[in-house]
Amino acid sequence: MKVCDFCLSPVEVNYDYKALAGVLSHEKISEGPATMWRYRDLLPVEGKGEIDIGTGFTPLLKADNLGRELGLNELYIKNDCLNPTYSFKDRAVSVAVTKAREFGFDTVACASTGNLAASVAAHAAKANMKAYVFVPANVEPGKLVGVAIYKPNLVTVDGSYDDVNRLCAELAQRYNWGFININLRPYYAEGSKTLGFEVAEQLGWRPPECVVAPAASGLLFTRIWKGLQELSTLKLIGPVNTHMYLTQASGSSPIVHAFEAGSLHVHPVTPSTIVTSIAIGNPADGYYALMVARQSGGGASSATDEEAIEGMKLLAQTEGIFAEAAGGVVIAGVKKLAAAGAIKKDQLTVAFITGAGPRTQEIVSDVVHTFHVQPNLESFNEVLGVQV
Amino acid sequence: MSKRQVMFTFPRKLIKEPIIYQLSHKFEVVTNIRRADVSEDRGWVVLELEGEDKEIDAGISWVKEEGVRVDPIVGDIVEG
Repeated sequence: MKVCDFCLSPVEVNYDYKALAGVLSHEKISEGPATMWRYRDLLPVEGKGEIDIGTGFTPLLKADNLGRELGLNELYIKNDCLNPTYSFKDRAVSVAVTKAREFGFDTVACASTGNLAASVAAHAAKANMKAYVFVPANVEPGKLVGVAIYKPNLVTVDGSYDDVNRLCAELAQRYNWGFININLRPYYAEGSKTLGFEVAEQLGWRPPECVVAPAASGLLFTRIWKGLQELSTLKLIGPVNTHMYLTQASGSSPIVHAFEAGSLHVHPVTPSTIVTSIAIGNPADGYYALMVARQSGGGASSATDEEAIEGMKLLAQTEGIFAEAAGGVVIAGVKKLAAAGAIKKDQLTVAFITGAGPRTQEIVSDVVHTFHVQPNLESFNEVLGVQV
Repeated sequence: MSKRQVMFTFPRKLIKEPIIYQLSHKFEVVTNIRRADVSEDRGWVVLELEGEDKEIDAGISWVKEEGVRVDPIVGDIVEG
């Protein structure tokens, strides 16, 4: 279940596409629930005992205001902030916890920068399972509350996210727990591809021409691609000619470095960025993400912390979406790619916003500028200069 | 005897050093390379170590002291 005996690589889930082709249709999918589980035939679960807290089928919005700012006529935002625990992690965890229960685990666990911990804790609560979640001790206070509300065993670890990961990797060998992003990884990975399914369906069963998505380990990026490819294999959409662009924070951008160097070798770095949710110094799927970026005719782009914050503000102030800093990195990436002419003005482009901003709102606290008035009309008129 | 699956990531200055050879000679550890990618300035090797736990632990500590990053392999961890 963990790694290939031969090469020690991660194992992958395979499907019988020939059999699925005779069963799946647009109609069958559209008759399913308005959640990610409408694609259950393309998810690696048995029976109907899924742990579903209402994840998926999040809005795909035409971003006309933002598009005008960036010079793009066909820009869409996939707003995955609107999942139950406010990030795309719910997609992955819903599948992984469902499999954990199928396998007979009574405890699930994960290493996390915050978002995954919240999702695992929420799904464990729904599944009546025990949860142990591990986060760096310096994780933002808002994220801790967002985890603790579901009452898991919340463990803070002195060290970086990579250090937490290493601890969990050792624990996974000692305890018979379902570690969501370690020994349940193949199933976790499959949940993410529903993002690709949804976007294609919401576009009227066609792939976008360009995708811009954040990359931490690189897994999500590769799974959006896999989702599109699977739909095409099953003839639910046409050929996929989508250009796949990944974005990282400059302070943790080993995949972008490799892309720019023309290499498929990702050299680990020590992250130094406020964009903690995608700050992985040693990305497990970096190689595969690079392959997708290259094969699709896409690319890679990084954004400084300042550019990420600017991107957060631009998205909020044009489209009304308060994303986490990783969303700011994506918007900064779209901006750069459009300015460089990599994304053309009329190309149908989807930017993936994968987590909500309120848990880490302190990083944009400088936006608060209030008008202070006394509770009377005179004061209001005096301060704001408005004539009633 | 136990088996431990690990990934060594080498910095530029150690690319030409026979670290894995020395590991198997300094410690009672059998090294079994499964995957690798090494270029002029960087490289990683995924390998299995076999031996007594205390020998593997001591060997890994020595490799780290030499300046090699050591990560466990448990299906490759993904983002959190």
